[in-house]
Amino acid sequence: MTFVAKPRTHHPLLQVNDLGLTRRDYEGSVSTLCAGCGHDSVSAAVVQACAELALPPHKFAKVSGIGCSSKTPSYFLGNSHGFNSVHGRMPSVATGANLANRELYCIGVSGDGDSASIGIGQFAHIVRRRINMLYLVDNNGTYGLTKGQFSATNDRGSTSKKGVPNLYEPIDMISMALQIGASFVARSFSGDKRQLVPLIKAGLLHEGFAFIDVISPCVAFNNHNGSTKSYDYIRAHSGSVVDADLITPHDEITVDYDPGASEDVAMPDGSTLRLRKLAHDYNPHDRVQALHYVQRAQEEGEFVTGLLYVDPTASDCHEILGTTETPLNALGEAELCPGNAALDGINASFR
Amino acid sequence: MKATDIADPDYFHKVVDCQWACPAHTPVPEYIRLIAEERYTEAYMINWDSNVFPGILGRTCDRPCEPACRRVRTEEKPVAICRLKRVAADHKGDIAPYLPHVPRQKNGKRIALLGAGPASLAVARDLLPFGYEIDMFDRDPAGGGMMRSQIPAFRLPADVLEEEVDLIVNMGVNATYGYEITSMKEMLDMNYDAYFVGTGAPRGRDLDLPGRKEVDEHISIGIDWLSSVAFGHTTSISGKVIVMGGGNTAMDCCRTSQRLGAERVTVVVRSGFEVMKASEWEKEDAMAEGIPIINNRPPKEFVHENGKLKGIVFECVKPVEGENGRLKYVPTGEPDVFMECDHVLMAIGQENHCPWIERDIGLEFDKWDCPILDEDTLQSTNPKVFFGGDSAFGPENIIWASAHAHKAAISMHLFCQGKDLKADRPPEGVNLISQKMGVHQWSYDAEHDPSARFIVPHANRTKSLDNIKIEVELGFDKDLGLQEAQRCLNCDVQTVFTEKLCIECDACVDICPMDCITFTENEEEERLRANLMAPADNTEQDLYVSDILATTGRVMVKDEDVCLHCGLCAERCPTNAWDMQKSIVHIPQLGSFAEPIAAG
Repeated sequence: MTFVAKPRTHHPLLQVNDLGLTRRDYEGSVSTLCAGCGHDSVSAAVVQACAELALPPHKFAKVSGIGCSSKTPSYFLGNSHGFNSVHGRMPSVATGANLANRELYCIGVSGDGDSASIGIGQFAHIVRRRINMLYLVDNNGTYGLTKGQFSATNDRGSTSKKGVPNLYEPIDMISMALQIGASFVARSFSGDKRQLVPLIKAGLLHEGFAFIDVISPCVAFNNHNGSTKSYDYIRAHSGSVVDADLITPHDEITVDYDPGASEDVAMPDGSTLRLRKLAHDYNPHDRVQALHYVQRAQEEGEFVTGLLYVDPTASDCHEILGTTETPLNALGEAELCPGNAALDGINASFR
Repeated sequence: MKATDIADPDYFHKVVDCQWACPAHTPVPEYIRLIAEERYTEAYMINWDSNVFPGILGRTCDRPCEPACRRVRTEEKPVAICRLKRVAADHKGDIAPYLPHVPRQKNGKRIALLGAGPASLAVARDLLPFGYEIDMFDRDPAGGGMMRSQIPAFRLPADVLEEEVDLIVNMGVNATYGYEITSMKEMLDMNYDAYFVGTGAPRGRDLDLPGRKEVDEHISIGIDWLSSVAFGHTTSISGKVIVMGGGNTAMDCCRTSQRLGAERVTVVVRSGFEVMKASEWEKEDAMAEGIPIINNRPPKEFVHENGKLKGIVFECVKPVEGENGRLKYVPTGEPDVFMECDHVLMAIGQENHCPWIERDIGLEFDKWDCPILDEDTLQSTNPKVFFGGDSAFGPENIIWASAHAHKAAISMHLFCQGKDLKADRPPEGVNLISQKMGVHQWSYDAEHDPSARFIVPHANRTKSLDNIKIEVELGFDKDLGLQEAQRCLNCDVQTVFTEKLCIECDACVDICPMDCITFTENEEEERLRANLMAPADNTEQDLYVSDILATTGRVMVKDEDVCLHCGLCAERCPTNAWDMQKSIVHIPQLGSFAEPIAAG
């Protein structure tokens, strides 16, 4: 954490997006996390992604639970709506927010403690319900805020700072998300913004439940030689299978892709998601293969990163329920409270 | 790119833009920090050590430091460095305990200083503590040279001038005033061990136009006229005055005329307003006093009636960019302009002029009539004779005179001690000292102050136009000085990177408000500059490139251009791979860094 506020002064050539905002306008208040925390890089990646997409900050709902990760929504999008909720209960709040106002971009930030321990039930069900949101897990394998106990995602055999090994099997949130119906599943690393920023952009624009497991090292408690979630370990033991680039209609395409290894997916806002396969035998539309691939790699102590699975035709909760197109706050009293006759009609339909 | 060598004294020196731009390399941020601590005496002494005349320069310096100030690039207006120098001078306490000791026992070597201007005085100051016997000669009745004769009292009050001149003279200079040097040969016959020529550029240029000879009594050469005002020989000027020229002398001439009773004063300049040599603030001050500056009017002819000046005819021109990108002036086609006047002050430049140096004494001159000098040692082709100030390379300013003096004093010292002027010259050096005091604690005020440049108060205009001795600029008081001092970015507190400690967590990249830091694959400079977090277009500013980082094979690249030195990279670094370290540049100077050679 720092006591010197980040000056508002910015680079004279800092780019202005279509809304007339710079990247700096998407920042939040100054972080109070430990110096070098991966979570701050995730926040910076969210800032960069939103600025590059030129999304209006007041059209965001940021929700979180409890933990280091859950503090981070304060540190990005300072002009957005936010709700720092109860431990493990972010999915409930996100569900409510999304049902009430489907026009907001909903970002949920949670951690491995918040989502894989106390909130695992909530996590499972928000995936099933296909809430249209971007769900980020800042995954560091440790309870940093309570001084470094193993979390539920900590690998078996990985050690604490003092060398004590973890005796329990880890929960793999990627596998869970794949298994129970997430339509966009990715894994990335806080130290690799080149990969992470495009994934956040794609996740924000994806219509359906987008889940990104971001391995985000805890410098204070889980960045040592016995850790499998340290900066060095992740750099040495991770590889991307599919990188994604989001190409908006104004983007100039400067890189030539090998057409056999790339695939374009049309996004709902008119942009294109270009998938670049780095592992030739990998199919990012095959849920079962993805599950197998990720788990096989995990057996070998490797982290598979990139856009692991995407279903561009997925539906979301509003579609399933057939809800109104209009956010609830934009409906008139007559539509919100249609009166006794309407209620009678509904009741009659169940008789 | 190759990894940056931060042990090279020039590398971090260049980052301190003001100090790098200053001919005397005054450690500007260091003295501004002392002002912020209200340690005015120490701030003054840092200046005195480096530029010798802080009170005078705090009012009159050409300020090459200010356009160089980083704040021009990060915001808009530079820190008011010059005015802060004056704050130190105005509020200092007793400096006596800090002054160098001048030994009573002399070292047996005698030095002659020709001219008593800033260059000679600064040489005296550097040499006196080493036991040299110093004789100084000047034609004027008092010391100070052009600082006394050409800078009007409303910009530089006599007491400020005298305090700093007398301080040096009283260290033990044998000054002979009113002594017109007519022969260098004669001087050499006096058998001094070394000579320093600091006689300035004393000849003002004239214009040979039709009618010039006939109106001679109505025309004065600017610097001569200012000198005559300074010594009280001229106390008034009447009628309409035209000042010709666009430099600082022209601005001093017009403002002085206005104060001495001219009915109307106009400045007419051959070139455009933007390219005038006068400092921006000098132009502003003249215009604020209601003096019109008319540009793009080269003179054609002096009009007179039987030797009585009537006015000047000017041509109308406009600037056009020539093929080589340089401006040239072409007629606009408008008819010539006649401007009435009774008196003309000619301030169109000055030049070296040493008719008293015989050309057969082994002292050679080049085709521009400047002495041939070794640029590193300022030694002339006569090994005993050294030059500095305007007499060395033509008209410059006081701060250059101080810079030359330090260089020449080292040379003269080495020469008198029988040492080699180049091989035995002390080298430049740099020290880096961490400013970390504890967690989140730095020894400097790292926080960025976004305040705009503070405006300096002026004396009541009616009163100051009435009396040439009333100083126009009042200077910052302590409060304004403290506020302006906060604007300094502390560019001498450097971001120093240690590769082997870095874990590449990106914390510094994320926090840097100016997007200075990038971790990337190494490339050639041009490509690297284009591919950073923010394009590094200013090629005058260096890129700080690390060695290859062990984990990823990338390098850290920092664009020094707009770094605020806020220290956030170091605050956010979990491993202290970034540290804020003060760079202290050692510029060789007698009595300062050069002491070892004196002992040897």
